[in-house]
Amino acid sequence: MAATKPLDVLIDPVANNNPIALQMLGICSALAVTSRMDTAVTMSICVILVITGSNMVVSLIRSQIPSSIRIIVQMTIIASLVLIVDEILKAFAFTIAEQMTVYVSLIVTNCIVMGRAEGFAMKNDVKMSILDGLGNGVGYSAILLIVAAVRELTGSGNFFGVEIFKKSADGGWYEPNGLMLLPPSAFFVIGLIIWALRTWRPEQVEQE
Amino acid sequence: MSRDSIGHTLIVAVVLCVVCSLLVSGAAVSLKPRQMQNKERNRQKTILELTGLYDPKVPIEESIKNIETRVVNLDTGEYVSDIDPNTFDPRRAVRDPALSESIPADQDVAGIGRRENDSIVYLVNKDGKLDQIVMPVRGTGLWSTMYGYLALSNDGTTVRGITFYEHGETPGLGGEIDNRQWQASWVGKHIFDEAGDLKLNVIKGMVDTTRPNAEFEIDGISGATITANGVTNLIHYWMGPKGFGPYLHRLQEEGVVQ
Repeated sequence: MAATKPLDVLIDPVANNNPIALQMLGICSALAVTSRMDTAVTMSICVILVITGSNMVVSLIRSQIPSSIRIIVQMTIIASLVLIVDEILKAFAFTIAEQMTVYVSLIVTNCIVMGRAEGFAMKNDVKMSILDGLGNGVGYSAILLIVAAVRELTGSGNFFGVEIFKKSADGGWYEPNGLMLLPPSAFFVIGLIIWALRTWRPEQVEQE
Repeated sequence: MSRDSIGHTLIVAVVLCVVCSLLVSGAAVSLKPRQMQNKERNRQKTILELTGLYDPKVPIEESIKNIETRVVNLDTGEYVSDIDPNTFDPRRAVRDPALSESIPADQDVAGIGRRENDSIVYLVNKDGKLDQIVMPVRGTGLWSTMYGYLALSNDGTTVRGITFYEHGETPGLGGEIDNRQWQASWVGKHIFDEAGDLKLNVIKGMVDTTRPNAEFEIDGISGATITANGVTNLIHYWMGPKGFGPYLHRLQEEGVVQ
């Protein structure tokens, strides 16, 4: 937590200290919702909302939270926010909510949200915490969207459900790679992203 | 009071719980009407897709007008006119002892416990004539109650389509009842034989099309025998004398169904 300037707090998690690529948090949901762009975008928006909201609330009441029950308090706040987001999705984006309702509930267990509440919001003021939440949310989303773009394009030849590569089944040239639609393929894509990121920023490589 | 004292801890816990539950229940209650509307649209879309009337370019409200909704008394098979089909909720009726009856264990083929007295049917008319009858069916699979619709042709026995809109079967095994290809394999099969006996079964393995009974047989789902048996059972119950049997009979006698 060396960053002290507000802008650093916001920008840092996107490239330098990315929650997925460097902190290795939130991998589970990154596997689950990235086979299509539209679910990845919805998931990104939900996580940004939840993580910013939970950081804000936790930071607001941090001086009141007894240390013996602080994890439970954070968990309750996060769970409430997730439930509210889930209700809103069901009301305003029904088809998408149908596809991802279980993953929306799983934001509760997304380590990023909890990690930022415990690791940052408990010790910093409200403004910084909101920026940190936004930054981490955007950092998570960036990876999610890259993975989803690669998987949807190679796995089904589409982008946001619109056909980009004409599939051989319809007389085109592209043979969809079914493996890319399966969750494990996200590991390969995330691995490649981490590789690229560490080639660009060698200081991210852990020292022996 | 210090931050870590027992009293303060309790106060924080109680206040937090009350505030959070107010927020969550507030959101749930205020958004409920919109969510119900979405659910209803989804159900209508399911029926439209099943009957082949779904066109993404036409609003659902427009397409659903081609489908007539009627309430049927399951015991007599007559249409009920004093219940508004648009507000009638069969699921609520099942829980209301005045509107439903419990099924004796030996007759409860589908394992559903209670049956509503009245049910809904959707009628698709084409050129002024009845073309398809869509009936809600349900039954127990391995883990869950499977809710679906069965569409019959105007001969009262040929399957035009089947779909399940709610179930909790194992994804990849029993969950394959959602598989479009498997559902498509139902089309053209017959529920009853010439003598009017219920013959349709989901068998184990693939249907041998050369066998004389092939028109009454549906491919099994590998790894999902109990779910597949559940599907057979629910068809037998709902097409039988305790389900839509009397209704189909009446249509036949009136010549609406040949």
